[in-house]
Amino acid sequence: MDQLQLLVSGLANGCVYGLIALGFVLIYKATEAVNFAQGDFMMLGAFVALGLTNAEYMALPFWLAAPLSILVMAVLGYLLDLLVLRRLFGQSQIAVVILTIALGFVIRFVAGAIWGHEPQTLQSPLSQGDISLGGVVLSVVDLAVIVVTVLLTITLYQFFQRTRLGLAMQAASQNQMAAYVMGIPVKRVQGLIWGISGATAAVAGILFASKGAMDPNAGLLGIKAFAAAVIGGFGSLPGALVGGLIVGVIEPFAARYLAAGYSQIAPYALLLAVLVFRPHGLISQTRMKKV
Amino acid sequence: MSLLEIRNATLKFGGVVAVNDLSFAIEEGEVYAIVGPNGAGKSTVFNMISRFYAPFAGQFRFDGQDLLTVRPDQVANLGIARTFQNIELFDQATVLQNLLVGRHRHRQSTLLEELFFAPRVRAEERRHRHAVEEVIEFLDLQAYRDKRIAGLPYGIRKVVELGRALASGPRLLLLDEPASGLSVEETQDMRWWIDDIRRQMGITVLMVEHDMGLVSGVCDRVLALADGARLAEGTPAEVQSDPRVIEAYLGTGAV
Repeated sequence: MDQLQLLVSGLANGCVYGLIALGFVLIYKATEAVNFAQGDFMMLGAFVALGLTNAEYMALPFWLAAPLSILVMAVLGYLLDLLVLRRLFGQSQIAVVILTIALGFVIRFVAGAIWGHEPQTLQSPLSQGDISLGGVVLSVVDLAVIVVTVLLTITLYQFFQRTRLGLAMQAASQNQMAAYVMGIPVKRVQGLIWGISGATAAVAGILFASKGAMDPNAGLLGIKAFAAAVIGGFGSLPGALVGGLIVGVIEPFAARYLAAGYSQIAPYALLLAVLVFRPHGLISQTRMKKV
Repeated sequence: MSLLEIRNATLKFGGVVAVNDLSFAIEEGEVYAIVGPNGAGKSTVFNMISRFYAPFAGQFRFDGQDLLTVRPDQVANLGIARTFQNIELFDQATVLQNLLVGRHRHRQSTLLEELFFAPRVRAEERRHRHAVEEVIEFLDLQAYRDKRIAGLPYGIRKVVELGRALASGPRLLLLDEPASGLSVEETQDMRWWIDDIRRQMGITVLMVEHDMGLVSGVCDRVLALADGARLAEGTPAEVQSDPRVIEAYLGTGAV
């Protein structure tokens, strides 16, 4: 029973990592760049929701504030691409990497300036209540996190596999020039991806803030999610989720059964192992090139 | 009215004049070639038609429409398809998937219909698959249908790129050096295909090519360029025997 309890709380944590990892993978799939501000997007999404919901700020009902903050983050993602990232169109990947790291710092300090640096809790209806299932006590928020994450992953996966826009996004990531010639508006498609990844970050942020206190440095969680994305196989949406779940589950077990401190390094130890033995990740999208 | 009409096109890169006051027109149903030494500006002309480069000056009209008012992604919708000198395919996708992307401009379903795979989407999907299968049969690509591009030999990739352009159902097909890097047999195949593309499919072809055997074999008219400007225009035989063309290719002898 004890292990089961650890497993469930690990899965719920892992889902949040998985959602942030989804954001990494989305941007990577569409633009072949890595957005190192993805964790900070999540934090910002959480604070936008918190600012709209909490009694001391705007005090909107949660079920109105949640979709609103998802929308705000989607627009923000799109605008960020339109106004900032598009200026680097055609520049090397490293320029985008540096820019997103800088963006992360900016977002962290902007959030601190608006909402303060103290930890705050989202007044979310998800935060209350437990459900007991055959001896395992599940909190409502853990259950919500798992359900929402699975649904979102399936939707995004279907979107990329089936829809005209999703396929256009994949095409644009593989070869921009060829995508143009096929009639795909590459820049607009990339902007939309940033929008989707902003929305995904907001969902992750709302769920994470429902689980516990938030502060502007919570975005640093993104590093763990980055490890999750790499473990899952960068470029694969289901891989991102699986990677997130693995990292999430490893932590509580390592904390329980290993000496103190090991739980912090366990995800990265796994990351190293995956890079050595399966460099393309567990669910890989690319294959070795025949030479 | 000509299908494609280019008037007084000029493009400079810094101080280098890549294309200099160039004018030519292509009639519907013909196969037209641009020849010239390396650096003559042949591919630059293609890239201006594709709207990758904006000309300094000049007019570009396709079927009466001003090409300079459309974005690069809208060129495909006008019915212009192209291949690239260095082959630009979606390397991580299969041959079939690459050809299906060629159908992108013909897809009409909405996002919601697609997410739920509505009957209309299924019917449309079947139609696109059918169109692509015709191209696969035409180009004899059956054996490679589900192979990833990344593992295919150069000659096959070249054919796949031609197939993707054909799958989009163009009115004007731009071929950038269709025979470069191909073996003698493959070049022969390419010649037959270009012939059939014009005769059976009724597609107008504009190509850049160095292989004069292929050019004289399939082209109605040839334009010779040097340093971005027109040297000569006419039938392949006329252009090949033009003294200015011979001079541009071989240089003047010490007379």
